[in-house]
Amino acid sequence: MSVQTQTVTDNSLRWIVSDAIVMTKRNLLKYVRVPSLLVFSTIQPIMFVLLFAFVFGGAIEIPGINYLDFLMPGIFIQTSLFGSQNTGVGLADDMNKGMIDRFRSLPMSRSAVLAGRTISDSIRNLFVVLLMSLVGYIIGFRFAGSFFESAGALLLVALFGSAFSWISATIGLAVKDVEVAQTAGFLWVFPLTFASSAFVPVETMPSWLRTFAELNPVTVAIDTVRALVLDQPVGNGIWKLLAWIGAILLVFVPLAVSRYRKAV
Amino acid sequence: MAIIEVSDITKSYGDVHALTGVTMSIEEGTVYGLLGPNGAGKTTAVRVLTTLLQPDSGTATVAGYDVVKQANELRSVIGLAGQYAAVDENLTGYENLQMVGKLYRLGSSVSKRRATELIEQFDLVEAADRPVRTYSGGMRRRLDLGAALVAKPQVLFLDEPTTGLDPRSRLGLWAFIEQLVAEGTTLLLTTQYLEEADRLADLIGVIDGGTVIAEGTSDELKAQMGGDVVEVRIGSEDNLDTATTILASIGTEEPRIQRDDRRIQVPVDGPGRVAEAVRALDAAGVKIEDLALRRPTLDDVFLTLTGHGAEEVSADDPPAKRGRRPERTAR
Repeated sequence: MSVQTQTVTDNSLRWIVSDAIVMTKRNLLKYVRVPSLLVFSTIQPIMFVLLFAFVFGGAIEIPGINYLDFLMPGIFIQTSLFGSQNTGVGLADDMNKGMIDRFRSLPMSRSAVLAGRTISDSIRNLFVVLLMSLVGYIIGFRFAGSFFESAGALLLVALFGSAFSWISATIGLAVKDVEVAQTAGFLWVFPLTFASSAFVPVETMPSWLRTFAELNPVTVAIDTVRALVLDQPVGNGIWKLLAWIGAILLVFVPLAVSRYRKAV
Repeated sequence: MAIIEVSDITKSYGDVHALTGVTMSIEEGTVYGLLGPNGAGKTTAVRVLTTLLQPDSGTATVAGYDVVKQANELRSVIGLAGQYAAVDENLTGYENLQMVGKLYRLGSSVSKRRATELIEQFDLVEAADRPVRTYSGGMRRRLDLGAALVAKPQVLFLDEPTTGLDPRSRLGLWAFIEQLVAEGTTLLLTTQYLEEADRLADLIGVIDGGTVIAEGTSDELKAQMGGDVVEVRIGSEDNLDTATTILASIGTEEPRIQRDDRRIQVPVDGPGRVAEAVRALDAAGVKIEDLALRRPTLDDVFLTLTGHGAEEVSADDPPAKRGRRPERTAR
């Protein structure tokens, strides 16, 4: 052990990106090694599609639109949001297994562990959403917009999920326990998803709830994605949505990174 | 030259004072064993020296780098294997090592080469392409140790490397650690096993209540216990007084007698006194049933220094261990 191997300690963008790629690969390999993880994470959204399309759908009347076409964009965002909660769970798991200690003892970039986690979770979300589109297609759902509108819609779905991944990361690093992270994630995402335009038009809600639902970023995301998918006018929806994504990232990226630095 | 310099480091979590003032100096190329019970502050000390925790006060340098101000430079010259084998269950052994190499920024080809070398060194060739999930506890620890060595660190930190391992795996891991030490790696090792510190460490620091309460070689610490003891068990109670008189003339202190057991213990100034005792007792016609030279163990040292045994669990574990799961040792 006489000659020390050359290591690099600078944290220029090049190394942050390279570290984040290593971490992303590591996280995605999990799904290759344990494919059942991916299978099970698609079952819940499929059940939601079937539940709303066939059980509740008959009782929900939305003028001028097939309920399945109304529903699917909501399901896309819901899938992405619920999926984003894996970020905190994964980080809590890494903490408990000592992986975070190992990473923090390496000369790697501090933010790469978190970036790798949120990127891999977003890729996974995109995959599940594509699978949901396929399931929707089988029971009669169709993208009405152009290829670019459809691809843009799915991209926005993934971006929105990745912003929420950073919130989940902050929570996961704070609670430090896999099960608590799981419950905590579900607790705030669930009302946010249901008090939105995901399953019913917000106009049908009582006024206090409607006010909340209209301010809810989840509604902003769903309305925008829905307009793109159904080939309806989007208005300034895309910009409002991008502003929300930017604001969430602006607040939660530094919060999560500072939590990570102090993680014990 | 000292490669690790620690000066009066303290660290508290609220009311729990994990480190109350640790001072150590560790020479390059030596093995320092930090010995103490659970909750003594061993893990906290390692976490400060590996930049995972910032100390409340005091200074520490490793390989010339300050643990707070030059944390990133420091990280590039150390290797850490913590209390729980920190390897990714879903990656293969080879992939784990390669990933760590890339995160040390060794580059792709060097990372691959080091992974291959370490897989061979730690006897994991047959398991190299299997997910770590299928590894035994001992194999995980070996892989974890390998991961700590990927960048050929100047200083290696091993936090309780064999805790939770079965005796055979422990012996195996010791052999690997001894091999590293022979190659000249500076090693800071924490352990609650006296036998482990005795076998591996050049210098032992006994830590209790967040501070180093004694330091020395294994022999020096044992010498504090007053050296060797000759213990004799005789055949008949009638000879007890005769035997006691004889042993008193050989020993350095008054013999201790356990009458019901016909057992006499006497401290002596060296192992050579054993033969002398046998000859004198034999000449006096005392029948010897059992005779042994008992050397003090580090257990005795610990008990004397701290007033409690080494493997006793003290009440307040440091919060650093909060939420940790015990290691899985599935085969």
